[in-house]
Amino acid sequence: MTRGVVLIVDDDPVVRDSLGKWFDAEGFEVVLCPDAKTAIDRLSIVRCDVALLDIKMPGTDGMELQERIRSIEPELPVIIMTGYASVDTAVRALKNGAYDYITKPFDPDELVHLVNRAISHRKAENEVVRLRENLQEVFPATQLIGQSAGIKRVTEMVETVASTDATVLITGESGTGKEVVARAIHAASPRRLHPMVVIHCGALTETLLESELFGHEKGSFTGAQARKKGKFELAEGGSVFLDEIGDISLRVQTDLLRVLQEKEIVRVGGTQSLKVDFRAIAATNKSLEKLVAEGTFRPDLYYRLNVFTIEIPPLRARREDIPLLANHFLQKFATSMNRPVQRLAPRTLELLIEYNWPGNVRELENAIERALLMNRETDLRPEDFPFQLHPAATSSGRRLEDIERLHIERILEETNWNLSRSARILDIDRTTLYNKIRRYGLRGAERGATVE
Amino acid sequence: MAVYGLNGRPGAEFTELLDAAAARLAHTLQTSCRVETEAFDASETFDESRGQYHSTAILQAMQAYRVPADRVLLGVTEEDLFVPILTFVFGEAQISGPLALVSTARLRDEYYGMPQNPPLLLERTEKEALHEIGHTQGLRHCSDWNCVMSSSHAVERIDLKAASYCLECWKAIAGR
Repeated sequence: MTRGVVLIVDDDPVVRDSLGKWFDAEGFEVVLCPDAKTAIDRLSIVRCDVALLDIKMPGTDGMELQERIRSIEPELPVIIMTGYASVDTAVRALKNGAYDYITKPFDPDELVHLVNRAISHRKAENEVVRLRENLQEVFPATQLIGQSAGIKRVTEMVETVASTDATVLITGESGTGKEVVARAIHAASPRRLHPMVVIHCGALTETLLESELFGHEKGSFTGAQARKKGKFELAEGGSVFLDEIGDISLRVQTDLLRVLQEKEIVRVGGTQSLKVDFRAIAATNKSLEKLVAEGTFRPDLYYRLNVFTIEIPPLRARREDIPLLANHFLQKFATSMNRPVQRLAPRTLELLIEYNWPGNVRELENAIERALLMNRETDLRPEDFPFQLHPAATSSGRRLEDIERLHIERILEETNWNLSRSARILDIDRTTLYNKIRRYGLRGAERGATVE
Repeated sequence: MAVYGLNGRPGAEFTELLDAAAARLAHTLQTSCRVETEAFDASETFDESRGQYHSTAILQAMQAYRVPADRVLLGVTEEDLFVPILTFVFGEAQISGPLALVSTARLRDEYYGMPQNPPLLLERTEKEALHEIGHTQGLRHCSDWNCVMSSSHAVERIDLKAASYCLECWKAIAGR
């Protein structure tokens, strides 16, 4: 499947050859010509999608050739290649009907974009549709795993909203798979042939976030030797996923609102506004309503994001999905660790289903990975899940004191059995902590507990 | 293999990067990957007017090394590379040949005025290495934006794609 036929006219054989190889590597078909006469001859035999003409050639130069092409094949977009930027040349070329001009040496990203744009100008509608249909097989939609009513509802909502361009807000506790749902939406949308760009808003400082989102111009930071495109530009017809959107500052919220409304951005350090084309998907584990009430989130941005909301239930609300998820992760890690698939001992699965999973699906995935790293041979036993399943647990694990015991144990592990710190975190006094450790029979002495 | 230019042999940080990248490549390609301590002097390929090293010339000079039949020789350099018609290249490789070359000059966030980001540098280096190695295995550019063989002419596009081949590209490589 070719991306198009490019006619290249340049008297310099090195340039012809290099450009030819480069476009070939990019997936285009090339027709190379050393002069205007050859170009005209070729054009009458071969159907080309775009022409790249060198402006400076002996005999008939690029501008004259462009005029001749315009008279015989007016539909063919022509791009003039010039050795040094010259406003005169550019204006003349464009006045003469050239599609655009580009200066040598070429920025490879700009060159490819320019040529693609010129070609799509020309491509027939039905051909584009045919290409899209072909690519259908190459990009299967992402599946959400689970049989529960909760997940089925999420899947239905994904299917409903995917084909539209509506902004989607995904909510749910940490680790419930908000990014997975975002990818599912993108993969089911007409935008799936274009990238889905992910921005982890919570992980970046304000300055870095601005640059990530909007890009920056050369020189806008000390040492910036090149410009960088921001994520909104990069999406180019695709989707932008804004994770942890509750974490962005009011200033960035204002910029973001403008982008969502105007579909235009200005790069940091730049003055020109650029049009962008993307579909927004946002996610948060916070309550945006609460943040609006507290004054830390703009209400107008909230209303813009809240057009279509998908709430992902926590894992403990869909326990029937745990076996399927566990199976998925066991398979996945078996492949990546290059080992035969290990299973769960029956008792282990029961206990995993009963556990509460405060960290949701991500915690389940990490737990299975950790278990497989520790136990490379047998089916996984409860002992392989120390953080989730206490080996001495005989009860169902759902009683209040079971949760308390597990929680205290986890905090003690975290602080390396520093009792003062643990008591502070748990917000109880040390005596109470001592008593609970004794009551639950937690083993600290053997580990050499630090008592302060 | 470390390729160095006028600034002399690369330092400890670069060697660490190579080791880390080699480990990841070995895992992804499921083959052995070794970092050559013998470095290669590319000063001859320097273009003063551009302040860059000519990528194709380096590849040609690398032909002096005899590479065993089932092996690929990947040169990695901190210097900026170019080919005459373009402002820069991230790397270059022979299609179905044993030689490939990657530059980290524009993979560093410092180049764009951002703070240093070693994990990101490693990820980008791994992706570009996989991309050029893919070419040595006969792969051309892939239309799946997520596949490491998709063409990326700007660093932000490298960040978009995964550090792995799509199913089609992987099948094509695995067959060899």
